Amino acid sequence: MPTIIIPTPLRKFTNNNSRLELNANTIQDLVNELTLNFPDLKKHLLDEKGNLRSFINIFVGNDDIRNLQQEQTVLKKDAIISIIPAIAGGTSI
Amino acid sequence: MTNQIIQFSKDELARYNRHIIIPDFGIEAQSKLKASKVLVVGSGGLGSPLLLYLAAAGVGTLGIVDFDVVDDSNLHRQVLFGIEDVGKPKVDAAKRRLESLNPYIQIKTYNTRITSSNILEILSEYDVVADGTDNFPTRYLVNDAAVLTGKTNVYASIFQFEGQVAVFNYRNAQGELGPNYRDLYPTPPPPGLVPNCAEAGVLGVLPGIIGSLQGLEVIKVITGIGEPLSGRFFTFDALSFETRTFNISRNPANPLNGINPTIHSLIDYEAFCGLKLAEESLVNEISVKELFSWQKSGEDFQLIDVREPHEYEIANIGGELIPLATIENSIEKIDRSKKVVVHCKMGGRSAKAIKQLQEQFGFVNVYNLKGGIIAWIDEVQPELKKY
Repeated sequence: MPTIIIPTPLRKFTNNNSRLELNANTIQDLVNELTLNFPDLKKHLLDEKGNLRSFINIFVGNDDIRNLQQEQTVLKKDAIISIIPAIAGGTSI
Repeated sequence: MTNQIIQFSKDELARYNRHIIIPDFGIEAQSKLKASKVLVVGSGGLGSPLLLYLAAAGVGTLGIVDFDVVDDSNLHRQVLFGIEDVGKPKVDAAKRRLESLNPYIQIKTYNTRITSSNILEILSEYDVVADGTDNFPTRYLVNDAAVLTGKTNVYASIFQFEGQVAVFNYRNAQGELGPNYRDLYPTPPPPGLVPNCAEAGVLGVLPGIIGSLQGLEVIKVITGIGEPLSGRFFTFDALSFETRTFNISRNPANPLNGINPTIHSLIDYEAFCGLKLAEESLVNEISVKELFSWQKSGEDFQLIDVREPHEYEIANIGGELIPLATIENSIEKIDRSKKVVVHCKMGGRSAKAIKQLQEQFGFVNVYNLKGGIIAWIDEVQPELKKY
């Protein structure tokens, strides 16, 4: 099954799991599966229309899904998927 | 970089000997370093190792922008500073430290917050900018200014246990321009949404690692050795010790330099990042003095603390702990029948919480504690621990 790597800021929504194996054929499936299992994650990944948020990047292997087939990108069984959010630093406001 | 003839004194040649004897580096690369002018934005966790290594390496002119003063809580990661610097402007303390490290370089300091109105003038004196700041508005400001002025932006960022490094807006020897921050992240996270930095914190050694990598990329960009991290995006997870380098590319929809650019000058970055929204919306405020008098007079109100549990452990003023991200699921804990005062560290997160309570849940009885627990400690309870 494809493996998804969860970045630190989002781990509190995945019971502190940093890696998850999910049964999914495409990025779309994967995001659906992920947000079904961890509903609190949904608003951080998807906007109100259900599109991936612009400050979240998803990579399959080393490649940005924007350069593949976006959410329709097909995942191989051994694919490693990374979610890379924008991070800005350590300021508390 | 200028075409002036670079000469080294005997002492400088001795100092840079271990650079000069590297076959692919030599006096040529060392000369490029000496001729170069690098602006470092932020002299904190990332800026500390970055400035130390760039100064030691012999970057001829270093500019440092920072408005902050050295605080005790900086010392676990900001290795430029010592306890004797606490309370002093960071740029002054940094300059002193770097001059003692390398007297053969020029250091210019800007003890000011970098903004849309001063960045272009400051940046015009430099070849490369290195962004080591800690907030989204400044990230977009530095990126946009670099793109609009055609300068390379060596970027690094950290959050808790993760670090990122990239070289943005780099033009290679073939004249091809690499991607910039907006190709990767067209817009910032709205306040209140993870990954916002409000609930952050950072492992002290992490900026040491990531800031050093940033220094490496600055040196590569200046000297032309190796392959700068352009068109690639490096991430480091300190917990799992995993590094990954992703391929990134220019986005035709980039509003700065895509197919149809819509941004031709700098904008209001606080507003762009949604930070003004929280401040400008009608949030009732209460001062720490007023809150203190409410407490003394036995006024009936509920006090809510929207910080994180680890912050609560350091210092609290008896509020009910409901971290900002959990407000939505804790609505039933918030009283609608009496006054509710919400506080955080400095007033930013609590303003967001109040905005959410008012707009999503129709609360009309909530007040923001101006200046947060820090103001409370300053003015009412100095015996509490500040962080």
